[in-house]
Amino acid sequence: MSSEATNNSAEIFSHHEDEVQLGFWLFLMSDAVLFGLLFATYAIMAGNIAEGPTGTEIFDLFNLSLQTALLLVSTLTIAIASRHAMLGNTKGAMFWLLASCVLGAGFIALELNELGGLVLAGNGPGRSGFLSAFFTLVSMHGLHVSAGIIWGVTLVLQLSREGVSSRLLSRIMRLTYFWHFLDIVWIGVYSTIYLPWIMA
Amino acid sequence: MNDTGFHLLGRLTIDALPFYSWVAAGGAMVTVLGGLGAIAFVTWFGLWKPLWRDWMTSLDHKRIGVMYIVLALIMLLRGFVDAIMMRVQQAMALNSEGYLPADHFEQIFSSHGTIMIFFMAMPFLAGLLNIALPLQIGARDVAFPLLNSISFYLSAAGAGLVLISLVLGKFSTAGWSGYPPYSGLEYSPGVGVDYWIWAILISGVGSTLSAINFTVTIMCKRAPGMKPMRMPIFTWTALCSSILMLFAFPALTVAVGLLGMDRTFGSHFFTNDSGGNVMNYMNLFWIWGHPEVYILILPAFGIFSEVAATFSSKKIFGYRSLVYATMVIAVLSFTVWLHHFFTMGSSPNVNAFFGIMTMIIAVPTGVKVFNWIFTMYGGRVRYETPMLWTLGFMMMFVLGGISGVLLAIPPVNYMTHNTTFLVAHFHNMIIPGVLFGYLAGYMYWFPKVFGFRLDHKWGVRAFWFWIIGFILAFMPLYATGLMGMPRRMAHYFDPELQPMLILALVGAVLILAGILCLAIQLWVSVKKREELADTTGDPWDGRTLEWSISSPPPAYNFARIPEVYDRDPFTEWKLAGRKPDKSDYSDISVPENSMLGVYLGAVAFAFGFSMVWQIWWLAVLCGLAIIGGLIVRSFVFDHEILIPAETVALADQSAGAGPVEGSQPA
Repeated sequence: MSSEATNNSAEIFSHHEDEVQLGFWLFLMSDAVLFGLLFATYAIMAGNIAEGPTGTEIFDLFNLSLQTALLLVSTLTIAIASRHAMLGNTKGAMFWLLASCVLGAGFIALELNELGGLVLAGNGPGRSGFLSAFFTLVSMHGLHVSAGIIWGVTLVLQLSREGVSSRLLSRIMRLTYFWHFLDIVWIGVYSTIYLPWIMA
Repeated sequence: MNDTGFHLLGRLTIDALPFYSWVAAGGAMVTVLGGLGAIAFVTWFGLWKPLWRDWMTSLDHKRIGVMYIVLALIMLLRGFVDAIMMRVQQAMALNSEGYLPADHFEQIFSSHGTIMIFFMAMPFLAGLLNIALPLQIGARDVAFPLLNSISFYLSAAGAGLVLISLVLGKFSTAGWSGYPPYSGLEYSPGVGVDYWIWAILISGVGSTLSAINFTVTIMCKRAPGMKPMRMPIFTWTALCSSILMLFAFPALTVAVGLLGMDRTFGSHFFTNDSGGNVMNYMNLFWIWGHPEVYILILPAFGIFSEVAATFSSKKIFGYRSLVYATMVIAVLSFTVWLHHFFTMGSSPNVNAFFGIMTMIIAVPTGVKVFNWIFTMYGGRVRYETPMLWTLGFMMMFVLGGISGVLLAIPPVNYMTHNTTFLVAHFHNMIIPGVLFGYLAGYMYWFPKVFGFRLDHKWGVRAFWFWIIGFILAFMPLYATGLMGMPRRMAHYFDPELQPMLILALVGAVLILAGILCLAIQLWVSVKKREELADTTGDPWDGRTLEWSISSPPPAYNFARIPEVYDRDPFTEWKLAGRKPDKSDYSDISVPENSMLGVYLGAVAFAFGFSMVWQIWWLAVLCGLAIIGGLIVRSFVFDHEILIPAETVALADQSAGAGPVEGSQPA
């Protein structure tokens, strides 16, 4: 057996990237089921206030609006990043990716601030069934966003080393899908968890 | 748990060692000695290097498949030891404590179920899919070979957690389904349930990754011309099963993960107080749990279909109906979960809906039984060992199906809920349905992987011990269930039960003989491998692509990717007398070995262990090690080894006669 490393022909490479994309879509479907079940769990536990506070007492419209704004803008910037990557513009892709990560980090900071404040005020996940479900769903989303940020920063480093290559382009596309997916989940969080309480 | 001080080892103290009963200490001893023995064996024979190079770091789907099956067989042994210990306890525990403390008995039935489902059946399934699937569709490997290796090591890490729970601490006493509130912190404060949670979560990630891998492999890597309606039935069932895994496993992750939240962070998902909702756990668990039954059994149905067609020397009867039945079962499997808890107290209409759906799902399954019977009808049936398992399955499975339809009637279910009638029913489905299927697959594809058949005589003996043992072990449980005996009983006071339970023990002993026969079969076959060698690559007069290449196949499987014009392509070639084209080869690249799987498996194991014992610094360290490992790996370019065309040509031309017309069945 020869142990000589080889570069595949471009055709085979792109075929393999197709498989990777399909695999990633399947992962997203599986992840969507996970979030769907967490939403369902929240829905049946939303009224289980026990001795704890209601959502109206603890949710802050200003913080929520800021978080949502950051995340929605980041979904625009990451779309711009992927466009730059498709055009082979390494610098542009790096800049907009980094911008998305910064916006995402801002979102996470606000979220940590909100959740941390709740815990310090004694309204942590152990207070009531409602708060358990709220904390779990929101942190699960936050963990996903954090993973996206780590992924994005890694990609920026890789772009600085090798420029937009076919494997990096494929990764940027997947990160973009992932990011948009998390945005959609956030819209679900926004409209099924926060809004009903704030409007109440 | 509420200690404020910093503990380097979290909850882990010297009290974790199992000196609370001699049986537990003995079990720990056997586990440790078994591990040390294996290490000593490998060291003594200087096998570390080949083991590391050819197996542990290999990305070859056939080798990963073999490792999965080795894991499954080890866990089968462990799970069976649990089973026979329970049978012994129940046979002697009339008006007495028996030989097991109740707490230990509970650990044993919990680990038995957990091991058999998660760490015997699932790895066995993944192993058979790995071995047969790419070969059947004419592919050189699965879509993501590295991911495949990672999946295996995550399963192994979960199995490792279950095994080590025998030595350090105790295992869960909450049954394999871990129902709260009993499995919550209030009633189960120890580490047992945490072991169960982390073993399941970690191996669950592996299963989800496998599901992605197999689905993409089937969608994208089929040989040219293999349209969906030309795929072998096993491939179809593998596809449906993988898709089910993809959609069902998140439910398990959520159910078990939220239970873990309750236990670790004091949340109130499934507690009695503070707004918890216990029934949500049952719903979530069985939204995974019922599809899981079909995840396990559909590929077994696929194996039975391949075996019935091959050993009847006929095309499978009603190919289309089998495919549609498989898909209907896959869809309906998500609509029956509530039949696991009819007694929950849903409204009669809800129970009626799920009862009726449960009866409906028996219809496509019944269709399949007729497919297999009509496949045999008019064929020349050869009673090789895979066929014996298939026949045994058909007899036994119909019986289990009938008791299942009986249980689907909510009023009947109220009478038999949580009795041994239920235990008898699901063992009646899973042992003949799943296990016999996997054993048939093991004996059917063994010569393909290793180049020699398994000994026939010992295989026949294993079959008869298994099936008679199964009947004796479980038919009495139907009776005791109807007499009102609850499942999971450590001791009892009704003398009428004892004769039945002794009979069940006799059955378990016969199954033990069956397992011994399987071990002897392997031993004898390795000894006689020259005599049993498969030189043609087609020992059974097979019908699908995997039999058209040499046994064992080269690393790249197919020297030339075949073109497919029909179902059962290999049979068509043999009938047409087509000689394989032995010219015009091209270079083939195969993936280079990788130790990432071993690394991630080891770190995941340490992560799970530290979460169980709440060794927080280690958990954080492991988390960082996982993220860091993935990041570092993402900088590396995929390395492939190029096998030059001349080497391929040489190997292919010297490999037996290849597919020749009229090749004789063994």
